[in-house]
Amino acid sequence: MTVIGGGIAGLCAAIAARRGGAVVRLLEAAPRPLRGGNARHGRNFRLTHETPLDYVPDRYTAEELRAELRSVTGDDTDRALTELLIERAHSIAGWLIDHGVHLQPPGTGVMPYSRRTAFPLGGGKAMINALYASAERLGIAINYDSEVRSILRSEGGGWTINVRSTGADDPIRTRSVVVCAGGAGADQAWLRANFGSTAEGWMVRGTPYADGRLLDLLIGAGGCAIGDPTTCHVVPVDARGPQFDGGIVTRITSIPLGLVVDRSGARIDVAGAGSQPTHYAKWGPRIADCPGQLAYLLLDARGLARAAPSALAPITAPSLGELAATLAIDPAALLQNIDDFNAAPANAARTIAVPPFFAYPMRPGLTFVHYGIKVDATMRVVQADGRRHDDLFAAGMIMAANVLRLGYLAGLGITLSAVFGQIAGEEAARHVRG
Amino acid sequence: MSAADPMLEAERVLRICSACMYCDGLCPVFPAIDGKHGFSLSDVSYMSNLCHNCQGCWHDCQYAPPHPFAVNLPATFAELRQRSYADHLWPPTLGRAFRASSLAVPATVALAQLITFALVLSTGSTEMLFAADAREGAFYRMLPWPAMAGLAGGTFAWAVIAITLATLRYWRTIAPGVTISEIMRALPVALSDIITLRHLGGGGPGCHDDGAPPSHRRRILHHLTAGGFVLSGLSTMVAAAYHHLLGVAAPYPVGSLPVMLGLVGGVTMTVGAVGLLGLEARADREPSDRGETRLNVAFLILLALVGASGLAVLGFRSTPAMGLLLSTHLGLVFGLFAALPFSKALHAPFRAAALLRAAIDGNRRASTQAPEAAGDTP
Ligand SMILES: Cc1cc2nc3c(=O)[nH]c(=O)nc-3n(C[C@H](O)[C@H](O)[C@H](O)COP(=O)(O)OP(=O)(O)OC[C@H]3O[C@@H](n4cnc5c(N)ncnc54)[C@H](O)[C@@H]3O)c2cc1C
Ligand code: SF4
Ligand code: SF4
Repeated sequence: MTVIGGGIAGLCAAIAARRGGAVVRLLEAAPRPLRGGNARHGRNFRLTHETPLDYVPDRYTAEELRAELRSVTGDDTDRALTELLIERAHSIAGWLIDHGVHLQPPGTGVMPYSRRTAFPLGGGKAMINALYASAERLGIAINYDSEVRSILRSEGGGWTINVRSTGADDPIRTRSVVVCAGGAGADQAWLRANFGSTAEGWMVRGTPYADGRLLDLLIGAGGCAIGDPTTCHVVPVDARGPQFDGGIVTRITSIPLGLVVDRSGARIDVAGAGSQPTHYAKWGPRIADCPGQLAYLLLDARGLARAAPSALAPITAPSLGELAATLAIDPAALLQNIDDFNAAPANAARTIAVPPFFAYPMRPGLTFVHYGIKVDATMRVVQADGRRHDDLFAAGMIMAANVLRLGYLAGLGITLSAVFGQIAGEEAARHVRG
Repeated sequence: MSAADPMLEAERVLRICSACMYCDGLCPVFPAIDGKHGFSLSDVSYMSNLCHNCQGCWHDCQYAPPHPFAVNLPATFAELRQRSYADHLWPPTLGRAFRASSLAVPATVALAQLITFALVLSTGSTEMLFAADAREGAFYRMLPWPAMAGLAGGTFAWAVIAITLATLRYWRTIAPGVTISEIMRALPVALSDIITLRHLGGGGPGCHDDGAPPSHRRRILHHLTAGGFVLSGLSTMVAAAYHHLLGVAAPYPVGSLPVMLGLVGGVTMTVGAVGLLGLEARADREPSDRGETRLNVAFLILLALVGASGLAVLGFRSTPAMGLLLSTHLGLVFGLFAALPFSKALHAPFRAAALLRAAIDGNRRASTQAPEAAGDTP
């Protein structure tokens, strides 16, 4: 059988299938150093546990997870899949550890206290590396630089997969396919089609390889789409960062410490965004609405001193006039707006008054889209007419919208992708073994 | 390395790391940069010695090349670590010897070798060099005690003084404003970190010593090398005590304390150094620095030769080969001592100093930081 996509979902599917007795090939579009999809950028993942464990303190129960999921999704979710997710969120950490992943004991390093999530030691890429090493040990054939271009039903059963590797197209015959190619969005044309011309100014925080091609293929071949392609998780990122794969370090975290203006110097605000971690996802869409999808966060010396570090040093100027000149904003408008802001600041400590002054240029950075392919509880792709192929599966972000059509819970992406990947692998192995 | 100035490159990379911190469990570098917006030369000099080049943060880095951020923290630190040695050497003129250490170390050893042989030949005859002699005091018939003790003592004293002064200079750079009481309070943790090589555990799985998944090989081999070095040193000191306090002259019987210490020390040091050389040979080149690799290799070869020649003296001391082997071994030992102040040996006290400062910072953090409550969110 063949697994398409070597992110966390694909790795879990491939390993689970191999353990289930199948002969497995994993096709990954990225070159080896960029393998692993977006889990590379992941820091922690959710899990349930009744007692403190070596890698997570206190307890976090299935009931709590269920309640928190409900508060995000409301009733607009697939109950059976949600229950599967909750059930496996209990065992996923142990399974990952069994496959070589090291989790960081609480109290080591500087990670914040978290009873809901575990932190892979060395971050998501370390976890990915460990899983690839396990996959190799188990005898899974892994092909990098191998982008799947199409999947076609073969005569007499099974599938023919067209793979583009190092320029040449190569057909592969396989009995069963698990598609773990990630969500859509890492593609300008796709973004433009769904978000209009404003998508020009967006950045993509994750891998450029999760471009939605396979999602489109599955839908084009009769698969049932689920969710809304225009609902997404988008946060403010540094406009000077890379177009793709900026990950966590280009996110601008210090908006609550300063003032946001657009290109014309006009003040931008988001009612009720507050300073909770959830404020990022509220600011992202607001910046997407700004002219040119560009906004500036302004901080003074005191604001910067309280801000968390970010990857690129802020633009600095000794006076607000010079800052306006550097940013090519009309100085008169900017100074007027800052005066107004300082006259009625959100918080007395947050005026923009003490030089030097700093600015972060910001653009919307897409984390993921709430859109995917419908699957059943065995991860088989469901057709628009309700039928399903017994040998075509999908897992991970490509089907996350079955559970999550709105909002997000921190650390859910990796858990969801790992759990559903595992299930898809088990089911596919059961199928090919007959 | 992408930027021409390693300081600028360090600033660029450390900024990315302190925004990221995904590697915080791997080694003490990350807690040391937590929350920092800028990095001074003193900071970077300190951190470069907190890094023990396990390469964990290279394999685990989401921004390693070909990512445009091209983060390569181990290579950045390797370059700055050498600079931290070079900037603090005593006497400062040793800088040139240090920068050409793969030439200067062998040249120093060769010179020591030459002097030793010249002295041996000038005290005895060529025949004596090739004659078997297993009686008490045989070693001193090759090289009279005053010459042996003078050379050993002189080179050793030079090494101790030069390295101590270099370390003090380094400490002044990395720990301005540290009080004695802070040092005393941090000392137990620092000493335990130094002796156990705790951080070579990499937070659990060990070091990426040869590009493969992490293992504890490097930690074990380092323990063998350093432990063997200490035992060999002890053996020499016990032998000196035998000589002065008990009035018994070398060579000593096989079961005696100096011989047993020397035997165990020589074997472990040689095995450790050869093992570490093997790891250097297989190490990933990209996250390494060629200058540092040369520094390591020159020092490890020298340690292995000292160990192996010491064992050879023990094994063949009652044969006609003794004279040649002993002279070679002594020359290597004198050469080792003479070269220590501009060799990789500086790593030991510099890293110890960095770990001491890390322990002090840890205490400072513990007394100021309140625990945070939130989890993370993308
Ligand atoms: C910046 C950022 C931070 C995040 N932080 C966290 C976090 O802290 N905790 C958490 O739980 N979640 C986090 N997430 C979400 C989490 O990373 C994802 O939910 C999860 O990694 C998705 O895994 P996946 O395997 O389904 O898809 P992906 O990771 O997108 O992997 C898809 C894989 O398929 C490959 N592929 C795509 N198309 C093809 C093709 N045609 N042929 C062959 N291969 C193909 C890609 O190369 C890629 O490797 C974060 C996401 C981002 C972007
Ligand atoms: S080495 Fe890379 S992954 Fe590790 S903290 Fe630095 S930027 Fe993050
Ligand atoms: S190479 Fe190892 S010791 Fe050095 S900074 Fe990276 S993780 Fe720390």
